[in-house]
Amino acid sequence: MSTFKYVLQKEFQQIRRNPTIVRMMLAVPIIQLIVLPFAADYEIKQLNLAVVDQDHSSYSKELIGQMTASGYFQLANYSSNFNEAMGAVERNEADLILEIPAHFERDLVREDGATLALHANAINQVKGGLSQLYAGQIIRRFNNQIRAEWVQWPRYSPVEMVKIEPQLWFNPHINYHLFMVPGILAVLITMVGSFLASMNIVQEKEAGTIEQINVTPIKKYQFLLGKMIPFWVMGMFSLTLGLVIAYVVYGIVSVGPLWVIYAFSAFYLAAILGIGLLISTFADNQQQATFVSFFFVMIFILMSGLYTPVESMPDWAKVIAYANPVTYMIQVVRGVMIKGAGFMDILPFVGIIGAFGIFFNALAVWRYRKTV
Amino acid sequence: MKTFLAFIRKEFWHILRDRRSLIILFGMPVMQIVLFGFALSNELKNSKIAILDASHDPYTQRIIQQLNASDYFTITTSIQDEKEIEGLFHKNKVKMVVVFPAGFADLLSHQHQATVQLIADATDTNTANTMVSYASAILGSFQDWLLDQQTLPYTIHAETHMLYNPQLRSAYNFVPGLMAMIIMILSAMMTSVAIVRERENGNMEVLLVSPLKPMWIVIAKAVPYFLLSFVNVLIILLLSYTLLSLPVHGSLILFLFACLVFILTSLALGLLISTVAGSQQVAMFMSLIGLMMPTIILSGFMFPIENMPWVLRAISHVVPARWFYTIAQSILLKGVSIFTLWKEMLILLGMALFFLVISIRRFRLRLN
Repeated sequence: MSTFKYVLQKEFQQIRRNPTIVRMMLAVPIIQLIVLPFAADYEIKQLNLAVVDQDHSSYSKELIGQMTASGYFQLANYSSNFNEAMGAVERNEADLILEIPAHFERDLVREDGATLALHANAINQVKGGLSQLYAGQIIRRFNNQIRAEWVQWPRYSPVEMVKIEPQLWFNPHINYHLFMVPGILAVLITMVGSFLASMNIVQEKEAGTIEQINVTPIKKYQFLLGKMIPFWVMGMFSLTLGLVIAYVVYGIVSVGPLWVIYAFSAFYLAAILGIGLLISTFADNQQQATFVSFFFVMIFILMSGLYTPVESMPDWAKVIAYANPVTYMIQVVRGVMIKGAGFMDILPFVGIIGAFGIFFNALAVWRYRKTV
Repeated sequence: MKTFLAFIRKEFWHILRDRRSLIILFGMPVMQIVLFGFALSNELKNSKIAILDASHDPYTQRIIQQLNASDYFTITTSIQDEKEIEGLFHKNKVKMVVVFPAGFADLLSHQHQATVQLIADATDTNTANTMVSYASAILGSFQDWLLDQQTLPYTIHAETHMLYNPQLRSAYNFVPGLMAMIIMILSAMMTSVAIVRERENGNMEVLLVSPLKPMWIVIAKAVPYFLLSFVNVLIILLLSYTLLSLPVHGSLILFLFACLVFILTSLALGLLISTVAGSQQVAMFMSLIGLMMPTIILSGFMFPIENMPWVLRAISHVVPARWFYTIAQSILLKGVSIFTLWKEMLILLGMALFFLVISIRRFRLRLN
């Protein structure tokens, strides 16, 4: 036991004397939490509309007016030449082209029907799809209005109408930060845990001090535990810092009990640090360790449902997502902070993360060799 | 010149003998193309929803069937009571609940109006919005079906065309960003760490007493990373072309030229970091915060720039990856020529020159 105490003391001292690590511990969470939620805004706010109006009729003007009045679109380009509008799309100045052909109004009234064309820039397929959906809704509404002008409906409309009433729970004001901040909090302690832990043992390898440790009577698990505990403490500190920033900068207060987040993070950090230690047993120098952890952390984060929903993945990718500890962390932090989930709701996740932790740490202890 | 080539050979061996890094070096683009191409998307697909049907009439049956038949939704749960909704959301079982009132069909035929509630878990605001939009579209088509008994006069038909990406693949958006990211990792991060490592290990002194000028030593270090970056770009391009059927509408030569300029910019940035950083950890930290994060966040490849607050939009102008991303996307997907792109091209070239000059001037010839 006393050997272990000395190892722990050594590790804490080493970290304290290395200003880079301390700076990293502070800077990474702060920068990420302050920049990312502002940048990571997928909300489709205002789409730029290019109009090709070859009709110049009162109907075409009316329709354009309704498009821009809807709040979804702003008029970026108006011409009667399709190439002109296409150029605007090429220069990224327009997202959607509304093409109103000549004789649109005349055909609609005389021939009982007319055709419009919508050309959406679909490079971003979500944006393309939504711009077309919104435009379709506006055109349908415009269409109904014209019918009402020309057709004498009976006084009480015989048309059966389905009314749609959307309700957005947990986040009625559509605050995108509320969604992103807890997710980034989860990513943050993942990065702190895996990067720093993986570089730490490798640093000893590179400096040659690992051989000195190898000749001491210290047990393998004691050494790894000694490496792990300081980073565990720092990870918990980063989490606290992150929660404070979430409150101070974004005014986000956890709906559910905070101790649930801490309890889960305690297990989660142990699992992540296990992965970091495992990487460090494979790597020979810091460059390699950085590279390997960067690779895995990136896959973990991308596959975690932070930016893109897990449900949208194909089945084989879902398997990866559910074998990924970050997925659970994000679900728990979001569940507790936004929806107010309690400990019983996340209990299955605790079990899964516990299993991950035991697996990776056991593997790291097994992989670590005291012999050269 | 012979010494210089020998140096380059040495650096190549350095990299090639590190098997693990090499595997990752070439595994990374493959892995990411697969992930971005096939696994990650913002599209709504088989989203789990629950139904609360208090009516059980032919109309609600029809709507439920249409919801289930669409690619967007899968009905996994059926509940009887509104009180169950919160629990479902807490456990993440479903993301939306569709609620039909009792006597839905009767309300429709007698009062000519009935309300369907779409209760979405708005934790993820975008998914919630998209789900509500798509469910509304399905309800809209049900409405059309109701109206279909009477033929409607004065109908506007809207033809829709999806430009550049008719199959609506989300991967096209990511490919240029992926290239930018890998070039940054290799040319900036790895190069800076490699140079600092020589200094940390004390090898720099050995290198500096060689007959080669110090500047050439550093260039020799950069050459292999330059070539590897370029090979990686080609691999990504080839993979996206074959696996994702990414179109190359514009000039390939112009595109490769843009890649070279961007690699040069990244190398200059890596060199700049190596002149400032005292240890490998600092170099890594600086490239992570100063280069990787801006490349991922502010280049427009993950997040739309036009949505950002003005401060970030302003900062994005000095991020080289942003210009590279715009150029690559315009050439590959839109087939835009140099006449539309000359401004972006000039900016990128200017950045490459600027950072090269700065880093060369900052590079100290002597060890202190």
